[in-house]
Amino acid sequence: MKIHEYQAKQLFRKAGVPVLASHVARSAEEAQKAFESLGSPVAVVKAQIHAGGRGKGTVIDNPNQRGVQLVKSGAEAAAVATGLLGKKLVTIQTGPAGSEVRQVLVEQGCQIARELYLGIVVDRAACKPVLMVSNEGGVEIEKVAAETPEKIFKEHFDPQRGLDSFQVRKLCKKLNITGAAARSAESFMKTLCKFFVDYDCSLVEVNPLVITVDNQMIALDAKVTFDDNAIFRHADVKELRDIGEEEPAEVRAGNAGLSYVKLEGNIGCLVNGAGLAMATMDIIKYHGGAPANFLDVGGGANTQQVTEAFRILLSDPNCKAVLVNIFGGIARCTTIATALIEASKEVGFNVPLVVRLEGTEVEEGKRMLKESGLDMIAADGLTDAAKKVVAAAGIAS
Amino acid sequence: MSILVNRNTRVICQGITGKAGAFHTKGCKEYGTQMVGGVTPGKSGETVEGLPVFDTVEEAVKQTGANATMIFVPPPFTADAILEAIDAGIEVIAAITEGVPVIDMVPVYETVRKSKSVLIGPNCPGLITPGECKIGIMPGYIHKPGKVGIMSRSGTLTYEAVWQTTKLGLGQSTCVGLGGDPIVGTSYIDLLARYQADDQTEVILMIGEIGGNAEEEAAAFVKAHVTKPVAAFIAGRTAPPGKRMGHAGAIITGGKGTAAEKVAALEAAGIVVAPSPAEMGDAVAEAIRRHKK
Repeated sequence: MKIHEYQAKQLFRKAGVPVLASHVARSAEEAQKAFESLGSPVAVVKAQIHAGGRGKGTVIDNPNQRGVQLVKSGAEAAAVATGLLGKKLVTIQTGPAGSEVRQVLVEQGCQIARELYLGIVVDRAACKPVLMVSNEGGVEIEKVAAETPEKIFKEHFDPQRGLDSFQVRKLCKKLNITGAAARSAESFMKTLCKFFVDYDCSLVEVNPLVITVDNQMIALDAKVTFDDNAIFRHADVKELRDIGEEEPAEVRAGNAGLSYVKLEGNIGCLVNGAGLAMATMDIIKYHGGAPANFLDVGGGANTQQVTEAFRILLSDPNCKAVLVNIFGGIARCTTIATALIEASKEVGFNVPLVVRLEGTEVEEGKRMLKESGLDMIAADGLTDAAKKVVAAAGIAS
Repeated sequence: MSILVNRNTRVICQGITGKAGAFHTKGCKEYGTQMVGGVTPGKSGETVEGLPVFDTVEEAVKQTGANATMIFVPPPFTADAILEAIDAGIEVIAAITEGVPVIDMVPVYETVRKSKSVLIGPNCPGLITPGECKIGIMPGYIHKPGKVGIMSRSGTLTYEAVWQTTKLGLGQSTCVGLGGDPIVGTSYIDLLARYQADDQTEVILMIGEIGGNAEEEAAAFVKAHVTKPVAAFIAGRTAPPGKRMGHAGAIITGGKGTAAEKVAALEAAGIVVAPSPAEMGDAVAEAIRRHKK
């Protein structure tokens, strides 16, 4: 689960991670008031959307309006807020459609001496959390990682014990941080590593991380993603979810216990199991088609879930044909067949339907589908199914 | 032979009194697995599928001589259940549970690595030596005793691969579902070493997916240490970056973990990579042919 920068900074403040004073504004008037109450000669107005790359991103139809902008008066803050609020901001992460800005953060300015990068993730290869820092702050860290990995310094840490002082000293040495700034870094890094563990994060990223002219380490940005599997033990985190930032169909699928990701193609897919669902998308592409989605109905899918899955697929105007690919294991083919028949009665298919069934109770499932009179194209095997659905989608569009 | 489990393996189920635990205990027993008991704290004295239920794994091991376990306890308690099984000296632990918090697995991984136990999962279908021992949720009948060692991060995609190799008459030695989470107990490399040392396994099929770099590491290991033919498939060639594809581990982050990178690494190690999921069985046959030349 992702949250906004302003929410992450509220959590940082609570945990004792230094951030600058700031206020959230949802109107030009609020932005002006926010600037005035900060009492700072300069402030930064930052669009609040979940996607990154805001600083370089621009508003649709207004290339002069960037997602992050420096202001020197309340009137200027209000003008920038007006330029952002209710507009779609396009960044390298949003795609061409952009993401609507519904709030901005007005933050105090500060005197920056250095800009760094800091990130914490669980390193899958080492099976431990890892703190990563770099002198290359404020830029695309992916680029640094790909081109000059030697510029990223890492320290793994034990979740229970946290980051050790000597580890901070090692990193400070490599980053050439000394004196009062090093003391500030020790507290900052240790606190943030503890935050990562305490909140069950899957990502904490501060880019840029700054050292001010008076040697204080401050989180100028804050990106936090939580482990979805651990949200159950963080009631306060659950409340931070902003459904407005999520794809509506994905939210709907999540409520039904389905795993769904919207894609750009025109062939709807309904599959059991995440690996097979990915492979189904791949084989559609392999045979010249394009999947409209990833959809895993899971192992124990019932009639209600499968029906809801069809509703979601068919509500996508791009969907020109549907492929059902089921390898029955625990989920029996007969259960899926029943659900298919029920769903077709309730939802009604206005696009061609290709069905491939294999596995537990496959013969009985196929017989049920045949006898139901359901208008569908039966497929035998993965390749046959993919070819048939690609052909059907081609004719339909 | 086979790897990890065989006809002599004695299995308990942790979480046996739950719906899923009871259902799959029945399925494994019907397949022919030596199911010998189960554990649910506070429910000792009860029976499920005619099997005795114990309060602790230690007690279950003492009374039944169990040396393997399959875990179906809910996600908040899974880490603790695995630690209990390690403590009781269980040799093979299959954690089926999906949705375990990643940070919980960090100390579990460290503990299991220092122990004599092997942990498969979590978030996995389990493992099976066809005709001898099934521990997990896979449909038994699609398997056939044979020569392909199959390992995978996914469930139903593994069934697809198993079915293809069964239809080609190759059969399987042991199939292992490693699990779809970022931190799992056993890696491809651990299993490659076991398959390499196993007489029954003549060829290895590795089914990977986007995210992480486990497939790349496996490719390097194959190049250095595996003399048997190896085939592979990578799911998620069409997956967009930054989107979690069902599995917590199946996500391309920061431009890393793409299918293209993985396929390149595998092919560079001489592994036959199936271009489509319908050709996993054919890739295995091709790997055998190339090896004979």
